[in-house]
Amino acid sequence: MNTENSLQATTAVRPQLPDTRTVTLRVNGTTHQLQLAPWTSVLDALREHLQLTGTKKGCDHGQCGACTVLLDGKRINSCLTLAVMQENKEITTVEGLAKEGELHPVQQAFIDHDAFQCGYCTPGQICSVIGMVNEGKAKTLDDIRDLMSGNICRCGAYINIVKVAQEALEKNTGL
Amino acid sequence: MRPFTFTQAQDVDTAVQEVSLEGAKFVAGGTNLLDLMKIDVMSPSHLVDITQIALETIEETEAGGIRLGALAKNADTAYHELVETRYPLLSHAILAGATAQLRNMATDGGNLLQRTRCYYFYDTQTPCNKREPGSGCSAIQGYNRDLAILGTSEHCIATHPSDMCVALAALEATVHVTGKNGERAIPFADFHRLPGDTPHLDSNLQPDEIITSIELPAKGFAKHYTYLKLRDRASYAFALVSVAAALELEGDTIKEARIVLGGVAHKPWRVPEAEALLQGQKATRDNFRKVAEAYLQGAQGFGHNDFKIELAKRAIVRALEQATNR
Repeated sequence: MNTENSLQATTAVRPQLPDTRTVTLRVNGTTHQLQLAPWTSVLDALREHLQLTGTKKGCDHGQCGACTVLLDGKRINSCLTLAVMQENKEITTVEGLAKEGELHPVQQAFIDHDAFQCGYCTPGQICSVIGMVNEGKAKTLDDIRDLMSGNICRCGAYINIVKVAQEALEKNTGL
Repeated sequence: MRPFTFTQAQDVDTAVQEVSLEGAKFVAGGTNLLDLMKIDVMSPSHLVDITQIALETIEETEAGGIRLGALAKNADTAYHELVETRYPLLSHAILAGATAQLRNMATDGGNLLQRTRCYYFYDTQTPCNKREPGSGCSAIQGYNRDLAILGTSEHCIATHPSDMCVALAALEATVHVTGKNGERAIPFADFHRLPGDTPHLDSNLQPDEIITSIELPAKGFAKHYTYLKLRDRASYAFALVSVAAALELEGDTIKEARIVLGGVAHKPWRVPEAEALLQGQKATRDNFRKVAEAYLQGAQGFGHNDFKIELAKRAIVRALEQATNR
């Protein structure tokens, strides 16, 4: 990383590099003040700065969905958004789902339906199922398959993941 | 990702000022820009966050249409009651693209400005006139299965990747922008460019301009429409060929037809003279095939994508049949 970079401002005033700043992130109900460079993704802020490593870095390009978290209840790819742009939002990660020692129903359903093998995609899948329930648009099996297509499982546990999603929709187990 | 400096603009005027810094770019949803920055295809030295600006409203216009704020999310647009009921073609097209996660992040203005998914544009080890003007096009002689068959040039055969834009072209949207010289309105057909000898330019938006809204006219073709997307898998893949078809019918006679192709050119591909062939005609397969032939006149394959020419013709026929029967 080049910290000697001297960029010239023209009319507007350009900040100087390295441009770290205090970023206030609200994660799983707790407010954190972090000193971050603007290029820090929400994913890297979670994993590297808050040690919340439940959210996985798969492709880091928004293709695999392993980094899925909920932003104000809606699922997003945390690898494709900058932490500095997500202040004053409520971020929910897989670590924030269990309440009082009880797994979130979707977490429990992944166990009950044997919906994972290696488990790497599972935190993203869980957040994505919850996001799908919150969004309220999935009605059919085809809807589930389409609306869950942003989460890839290389073990191929899709059949049981779909069962989890069906159960979550039936029981309306959102956030 | 290369280091960059960062500011947040609270209003359009400030955003326009700040983007005039050398190497500056706007960032909103970030789903395409940040991805390209990670692999060094784009490397702005300054980002101007525009998401604090109040441009996310979707509302009716006095002209009886609707206005999509540039910062409205793709998902919020597709599921908006006004869009679902009056412009279902647009709703279907948006939902045919990307994933739920990406649609929750991506903005309507950003959707218009997304870059091609040509493999060579992404591969910084190969020449690409769009990424590096004058370096050459690797796709013309390379693997070009996904690439363009219409409106290409000797410099570039990239396609525009958007589904939403195909529907917006069919609905004759207008793009409202603001720059240093004030506001202007760009008809959708004039927004994106063909590659010609300037393939590094995707659109006619000027570097100092920001999209503020996308306006749709009153006519939504909510009765007879289809967005047909043909691709290598059922979800989360870019179009090999897509068709936005919209018909106004009186019995089985066509009063007006709109047909726009996606996945085949550097911009949504519309041929008004070919559309006009359907005016006053019966909605029959034979008439649809005639239009399809007219639409693909001048199409040129580059080897791996030769199949797209016939695929596009059949897609037009099928989309028009679906639109008729809906």
